[in-house]
Amino acid sequence: MIAENTSSPKIIVKDLNFYYGNYRALKDINLKIAEKMVTAFIGPSGCGKSTLLRTFNRMYQLYPKQKATGEILLDGANILDKNQDLNTLRAGIGMVFQKPTPFPMSIYDNIAFGVKLYESLSRHDMDERIEWALRKAALWTEVKDKLKQSGTGLSGGQQQRLCIARAIAVKPQVLLLDEPTSALDPISTAHIEKLIDELKEDFTIVIVTHNMQQAARVSDYTAYMYLGDLIEFGDTSTVFTNPKRKETEDYITGRFG
Amino acid sequence: MLNLYTRRRIVNAIGLAISMLAMAFGLFWLCWILWTLLEHGLPALTPVVFAQMTPPPGSSGGLLNAIAGSLMMTLVGTLIGTPIGILAGTYLAEFGQRGWLAPITRFINDVLLSAPSIVIGLFVYEIYVVHVRHFSGWAGALALSIIVIPIVIRTTENMLRLVPTTLREAAAALGAPQWKIINFITLRAARAGIVTGVMLAIARISGETAPLLFTALNNQFWSSNMDQPMANLPVVIFQFAMSPYEDWQQLAWAGALLITLSVLTLNILARVLFRQAATTH
Repeated sequence: MIAENTSSPKIIVKDLNFYYGNYRALKDINLKIAEKMVTAFIGPSGCGKSTLLRTFNRMYQLYPKQKATGEILLDGANILDKNQDLNTLRAGIGMVFQKPTPFPMSIYDNIAFGVKLYESLSRHDMDERIEWALRKAALWTEVKDKLKQSGTGLSGGQQQRLCIARAIAVKPQVLLLDEPTSALDPISTAHIEKLIDELKEDFTIVIVTHNMQQAARVSDYTAYMYLGDLIEFGDTSTVFTNPKRKETEDYITGRFG
Repeated sequence: MLNLYTRRRIVNAIGLAISMLAMAFGLFWLCWILWTLLEHGLPALTPVVFAQMTPPPGSSGGLLNAIAGSLMMTLVGTLIGTPIGILAGTYLAEFGQRGWLAPITRFINDVLLSAPSIVIGLFVYEIYVVHVRHFSGWAGALALSIIVIPIVIRTTENMLRLVPTTLREAAAALGAPQWKIINFITLRAARAGIVTGVMLAIARISGETAPLLFTALNNQFWSSNMDQPMANLPVVIFQFAMSPYEDWQQLAWAGALLITLSVLTLNILARVLFRQAATTH
């Protein structure tokens, strides 16, 4: 059975199924994402962890052959509903991808782009918002003198923090991180992990990771998935030290996967 | 039996030698063409070429009206063809995943891309020149724009497809509507490539003769009226080079050199621009 979270849930997933064409990639997923906590999805490649993450902001909508059935309740409202406005949904749910994706524009405009979609701020307020976002993403001191330079000229780790700054500048409630450090070196990874720890003060964070140590380090709850099934879900410490299912134990101890 | 390393070195040397020979063979003709052009064209390329109109046989003159006519028609043709090409290319790259319209458009565009330019000239002759009953600069520009469109469509689509999907997803994840994603992210990311495509299209049409023969024809005198037959370099070269008159032939060489130099410059510019853009992101 699926463990219940103790704190209040921000997202509730009910009987979620996901299809790539005819292929069923997620099978009757049920879980709750706790508010202002870090939830990690782990599992071997192809287990559906990224697919699950991408249902939370309906990213799959970009591709005609993908569809999801079931319910995903964000603060009680079903976001899979046809009437759900995608732009509003994505304003509340930010996302950072595996590869850094700076837009081909200046560092300043990279962050302003998202903010301008929802708010028309004065020059002064926009400057402040950008500084706030860059400080939150622990990038401000490195880029404050070159805000007009292209975002694509930064190092990989800086680019990824720029993407985090861009996501939080819109002030979402939920932050989805899809393997955010898998393309980064250990020092940049440490930066981002520290950042995740700080960001959960303000945001509900869901992270997909290949790296089990990372899940153990940064998350409060962990979901282990395999072949589209949610095998085990619970407190990170419990899942890692005292897993209920043998499959989970095999995976975390490295006997499989 | 040779050892593995020696064998690889020998195979490598042979492969390299064959490649170099092939390259030398290709470059040889290009250099020969350029050399001949320079040899005959440079002496003929006097200031008079840029100052006087095309002369009747036996008297001195230049190519001013032809140069001006070529520039005007190339400009108008590019101005008509570029927006249509970019819009259609954007449609194919960004909306062309579903439905039947995009694959058909893509196929027809490929046909148009390789259509002989004389067919395009005849087409414009039939639908435009015949109806207004005279040759004109507009007809020439129209024919040139029909050559520009498929080139720009193709490069725009290709360049937009090179933009990583993750960039689109990242913009979509912020909640940006599709038109903003296209306008501010993908087209911007592909900008250098698209500009390169437009420049290559200009280079292509500035040497086209066949489509102008049936549309703009030629004009002995200065004319900036696009509704009149218009002088242009390719047709003047065609006419003058075929003539028996020495001074006309000289002018044809000068014109050929001019076109080649401008096409070469455009191509080099396009390359430099594309390379710069590639290093900045």
